[in-house]
Amino acid sequence: MTRTLNLAGRLAAGAVLLAGIGLAATAEAQRTKITVYTALESDQLAQFKQAAEAAVPSIDISWVRDSTGVVTARLLAEKDNPRADVVWGLAASSLALFDAQGMLVPYTPKGAENLKPVFRSGKNPESWTGMDAFLSVVCFNTAEAAKGNKPKPASWTDLTNPAYAGQIVMPNPASSGTGYLTIAAWLQLMGEAKGWEFMDAVHKNVAVYTHSGSAPCVQAAKGERLIGIGFDMRGAREKSQGAPIDIILPKEGAGWEMEATGIVKGTKNLDAAKALVDWTVTRGANEMYGKWYAILAHQGMSAAPPNYPAGAEAAMVKNDLAWMANNRQKILDEWTKRYDSKSAPR
Amino acid sequence: MSAAAAPAGGRRWARPSLDAVVMGGGVVLLGAALVLGIALPLGYLLAKSFQNQDGQFIGLANYIRYVTTPALFLSAWNSVWVAAVATLIVIPLAFVYAYALTRSCMPFKGLFTAIALVPILAPSLLPAISLIYLFGNQGMLKGAFGGQPIYGPIGIVIAQVFYCFPHALMILVTALATADGRLYEAATALRASRTRIFFTVTLPGVRYGLISAIFVVFTLVVTDFGIAKVIGGQFNVLATDVYKQVVGQQNFQMGAVVGMVLLIPAVLAFVADRHAQRRQSAALSARAVPLVPQPEAGFDRAMLAFCAAVAALLVGIVAVAAWGSLIRYWPYNLSLTLANYDFERFDARGWETYRNSLVMATGAATLGTAVVFVGAYFLERTPGLGLLRAAVRLIAMLPLAVPGLVLGLGYIFFFNAKANPLNVIYATMTILVINTVVHFYTVCHLTALTAIKQLDPEFEAVSASLKVPIVRTFVRVTVPICLPTILDIFVYMFVNAMTTVSAVIFLYGAESKVASISVVHMDEAGQTSAAAAMAMLILVTSAGVKLLHVAASSTIERLTQAWRRR
Repeated sequence: MTRTLNLAGRLAAGAVLLAGIGLAATAEAQRTKITVYTALESDQLAQFKQAAEAAVPSIDISWVRDSTGVVTARLLAEKDNPRADVVWGLAASSLALFDAQGMLVPYTPKGAENLKPVFRSGKNPESWTGMDAFLSVVCFNTAEAAKGNKPKPASWTDLTNPAYAGQIVMPNPASSGTGYLTIAAWLQLMGEAKGWEFMDAVHKNVAVYTHSGSAPCVQAAKGERLIGIGFDMRGAREKSQGAPIDIILPKEGAGWEMEATGIVKGTKNLDAAKALVDWTVTRGANEMYGKWYAILAHQGMSAAPPNYPAGAEAAMVKNDLAWMANNRQKILDEWTKRYDSKSAPR
Repeated sequence: MSAAAAPAGGRRWARPSLDAVVMGGGVVLLGAALVLGIALPLGYLLAKSFQNQDGQFIGLANYIRYVTTPALFLSAWNSVWVAAVATLIVIPLAFVYAYALTRSCMPFKGLFTAIALVPILAPSLLPAISLIYLFGNQGMLKGAFGGQPIYGPIGIVIAQVFYCFPHALMILVTALATADGRLYEAATALRASRTRIFFTVTLPGVRYGLISAIFVVFTLVVTDFGIAKVIGGQFNVLATDVYKQVVGQQNFQMGAVVGMVLLIPAVLAFVADRHAQRRQSAALSARAVPLVPQPEAGFDRAMLAFCAAVAALLVGIVAVAAWGSLIRYWPYNLSLTLANYDFERFDARGWETYRNSLVMATGAATLGTAVVFVGAYFLERTPGLGLLRAAVRLIAMLPLAVPGLVLGLGYIFFFNAKANPLNVIYATMTILVINTVVHFYTVCHLTALTAIKQLDPEFEAVSASLKVPIVRTFVRVTVPICLPTILDIFVYMFVNAMTTVSAVIFLYGAESKVASISVVHMDEAGQTSAAAAMAMLILVTSAGVKLLHVAASSTIERLTQAWRRR
């Protein structure tokens, strides 16, 4: 008899324990795990995750992060059986490409009307929304310039100065989205004929076209080259780490790209994805983007991250994304013919 | 060989013995695994090369477009001559080094073996960082090449020689280690000169290994894009063309076309392999007596000097990177700090990526060694099934020729397909392990084959006549004899898994990012010192495993290789 009771007691205790575990598990289960593909910087991810989960407690973000080219290639390759729920922090040109292939869920995030028009896909409902913008700029190593007594450039045209022969590094547009963005901006800014003439002249000064878009400013920062053509944000970070560089916004204006957000068609966590995307367009989220970027999507907002060049927003050229996408193959073929296959390594 | 299969002297296929069934089944299983692991993923990608971007069949249009691009011939020519130069430098270096390790009585052999492996212990970014710190525009030895920049063919060749050296050495040491001492005794008794013995006994004995090593190095250089990407400047090679198409322009169709062009060296390697094999007889017959090198002061000193010089170069390159991992900001602030090892500052996943690497490398080494060695044994010793075996051999040669990017992409298309029941493993640790085993299959396979070929099939024949099941012969005889090679394969898989980048970059998931990927990300972000630090951590870990291996080898040799001595 006592034994039976004892057993019953143990069972009861066990049940209570199990229930406890169950409750804890339910609390955990209420948080939906969502997979977010991104090209944000590795050291930004922790802050992004923390802020988003604080604002939207029901989600638990798992990142898959790589460079823009790799993430874009991966999403396209996974198209038939998507693994990502949300894309957050990838070039808008990539999202436009996904949209053209029907890979995004049309959804207008709550509050998207507060974004500057250029930071929206322009569709109704929206297919993607922008977060912030970055510019293609000149990273100029002042320490090396002082050694070689080189003038500081102020415009794109200045880069054709023979004093810079073999001292400029820029991304190869066939390998890097940054590279394509840069030359597409030149062609739009100067017109096609003048643009190619300009590139012919710059080509004489280019030491190397790199495969990575982030390499040029890094190389300029480390003194491997005098001048790197790359992203403003990359240059600002190198400067903060102690690199002797100036970040120059060429006076003609600069090509730019934005980071954007969208929901991947085929997601099994649509509600959680929508909740996250709703937050990405809020003022709070934009304040976070402002820690790294000067140009923000939210109306009436801009930021001044450390070591960032002033006047960025005004320097943005008029950028025709559709023109860029439609002429990409033609421009890359022409570029490769002129500069890639003929050039001897220097 | 037929004796093993037909003990009663009857026709081989009349009444298959249990052994024949077991071994035939093994070959079929291995074939099936390789088809799943390499042939189908590649096939999925190959199909893309005949499609346009909307997935419609367009025949050879992509190939025609590629062949009519002038850049193709330049890239192909660049790939071939850079690979040829690197091979011409690596093979003699590795051969002499391997010769010193196996045929001389110089001291410190264990140390030299360990140092020679250093290049594969580190991610390929590490020599690239070192070369830039040494010969770059801010480098300590800038201008060393008479004004020629390190960015370009010079950088590629130096980094590839560094990186390929251990691969060639591993095959050549295996080839040189097993020799029949009786041949040398006979030659010496006939008063043949040392040179004559070398050309009439030594070289023919290692011909198979030598040819394998040449093709392995050539193919490795042709398919590697990591080194060309970081230090090649704009010197275009086929592997960077794949990168441009796949990552730069997301044009998988053209990427697949270039990937297929890259398979040509592998097919050539396979043909040469078959050719060499037809002439190869077992070097180590059942009655063989192992060759014991005799001390010879002058020769041993020369070998010691040579190995010391090569080892110093290898260590030097690593030492520069080690120093690079401790400085604050190259080249403007060279004060030392340990802060670069605080990985959470640079990568949200921080040290977790390192733990993932350990799990993946252990898994790949364990699974890989078992599959490779058992598979190679079945392939080599199964009677009959000629066509099937030839097919499986060809598939086993493929992974070497497939650039990691192409393999990774093929894995997405195949393993992520909706209809594929295996798609549950996508983006998990499992797929990283399988992919890594497949990616590094060929060199391990060649090493295992070299070792097994050198065992006389008479072992099996005797077992068969004693009615001992083949499985028992394998466990009791083959495995113990080949244990040193098996350990070599395990360590090779482990260290390559620690450093692999190009294939897994498409496959890792949110929870399975590995340290080698983290190195690439930190380097891209300009955090060169942190990247060097993580690369050093990988190197030290692999070196630790290698040291354990050396210690274990000497114990095992004492226990299992005593029969080789007299």
